Amino acid sequence: MIDGFLALYIFMLAAFTGYEIIARVPVILHTPLMSGSNFVHGIVLVGAMIALGHAQTTFELVIGFIGVLLGAGNAAGGYVVTERMLEMFKASKPAASKEAK
Amino acid sequence: MAWLLVVIKACYFLAALLFILGLKRMSSPRTARDGILWAGVGMLVAVLATFALPDMHNRGLILAAVLIGVAAAWWSGRRVAMTAMPQMVALYNGMGGGAAAAIGAAELFSYAGQAITLLDGGEFTANGAATPGAAQLALAVLGALIGSVSFSGSLIAFAKLQGWLDKRFVFPGQRVVNLLVLAGAVVLGAMIASGQLSIPLIVVFFVLALAFGLMMTLPIGGADMPVVISLYNAFTGLAVAFEGFVLQNEAMIIAGTVVGAAGTLLTQLMAKAMNRSIGNVLFGSFGATGTAAQAIGGSQKPIEASDAAVMMAYAERVVIVPGYGMAVAQAQHKVWEFAKLLIDRGVKVKFAIHPVAGRMPGHMNVLLAEAGVPYDLIADMDDINPEFPNTDVALVIGANDVVNPLAKTDPSSPIYGMPILDVAAAKQVIVVKRGKGTGFAGIENALFYADNARMLYGDGQAAAGQLVSELKTLET
Repeated sequence: MIDGFLALYIFMLAAFTGYEIIARVPVILHTPLMSGSNFVHGIVLVGAMIALGHAQTTFELVIGFIGVLLGAGNAAGGYVVTERMLEMFKASKPAASKEAK
Repeated sequence: MAWLLVVIKACYFLAALLFILGLKRMSSPRTARDGILWAGVGMLVAVLATFALPDMHNRGLILAAVLIGVAAAWWSGRRVAMTAMPQMVALYNGMGGGAAAAIGAAELFSYAGQAITLLDGGEFTANGAATPGAAQLALAVLGALIGSVSFSGSLIAFAKLQGWLDKRFVFPGQRVVNLLVLAGAVVLGAMIASGQLSIPLIVVFFVLALAFGLMMTLPIGGADMPVVISLYNAFTGLAVAFEGFVLQNEAMIIAGTVVGAAGTLLTQLMAKAMNRSIGNVLFGSFGATGTAAQAIGGSQKPIEASDAAVMMAYAERVVIVPGYGMAVAQAQHKVWEFAKLLIDRGVKVKFAIHPVAGRMPGHMNVLLAEAGVPYDLIADMDDINPEFPNTDVALVIGANDVVNPLAKTDPSSPIYGMPILDVAAAKQVIVVKRGKGTGFAGIENALFYADNARMLYGDGQAAAGQLVSELKTLET
């Protein structure tokens, strides 16, 4: 169990971590990073799974099911899009600059 | 079973660690690619661990929902064109917000169900989620509110970028109405959080929250969408963190908070690049100022592709300024082909990228990287602006507001004060543009009427193709 103050400490430290990660990022990576953080909050899938796993009434089941669907979409879609964006950073650098010279 | 819980907790810890390390790696171009892989492994570990949680029911249903959701998103994410990436990010982000809101709803309705059982005098056995504490209830409500706003708002942003919603919905008193809807949602949320767990109250609360996200996003113009998507990304992160507190799930708390903070900073950086505050983006009703803009003298002077090609072929320095039009026309490959031909002729070519060109910061960088343009030919605004006076030809492809000199000269212009690429300082400017219309912000562009500017009308891809073939005829 997480008590109130421990939760606040976690919140504070995690917030600083997030801030520091972004603070010195070149503009070129803003889009992939936004997409990447979009993927990371796909962890909401875990919460939706727990909610569906504890659902008792039909109504809760429906909400939980929708939640898991959406959460899975967030995680999978976020991953694919980020990966495709970063894919383009691979070959272009060494190959293309040689080509230009 | 105690050991199983320890293993699961350890998995969540590992997931949180991998998320942070993954994001860290994504913030440097060299390690960016395996950053997403690390985060992906973290996600997989967390999801598998959740399946193993001992007190879970409906495992078949969960598996089905996960598989459907993953398959649909994977398929759509794979087949969408690179240029449509911004709206896909908006869509997936909205899904995350919706999932957070659904968790909040499930928790609140289950609390409400328990409360009713108690009032009826039926026996109430505390199972799994016992009676909620005050903080838990408040966070469930807050997460649900933010998640709902992010959900409906992101879907509107998606629809706008997809071109399904072209108009901006603006009516008098809109801000007041929006504020009332928000106030209503907040008041109802406070009532729920204070223990009034009635089902109609919860339903109306969600309806108002969803409506607010909708109404808040509808009047925002397409040019501001990058900032808005980034803001909703941060919102979803926060909502996930809050619901994580409710479910006592450490991985959700940490991942959600990190994204919330990172997203907030990213939003600020973007808004700063446009020289506007976030409040101004959200509530400024861009382009609706109504004050008479400065009259622009002169006329737009067209140029043929052949003349444009000759002009650049015999230039010493050419700077190419891409914008959203290039993305729409998928012209990045043709443009780079053209640039390579120029480079072969000994012309010094550079690409100048405005921080908010396109629909996301770095949007143009990504597209040019896709086409194979090397990094060292791509220049930021601050580096390239002093070079424009020495530039023979500036070729503007599908960019508009980010090169509009009115941002410097006309205080009544809605974009006044936004830093721009100073292309007007170049000796010649060639603007590739589909028609004579105004840009996304709906503002006339003084650059198009400047004495040294020539208009090459046409779709970005077609125009670049013409330039390439004209240049090739010069060679022979």
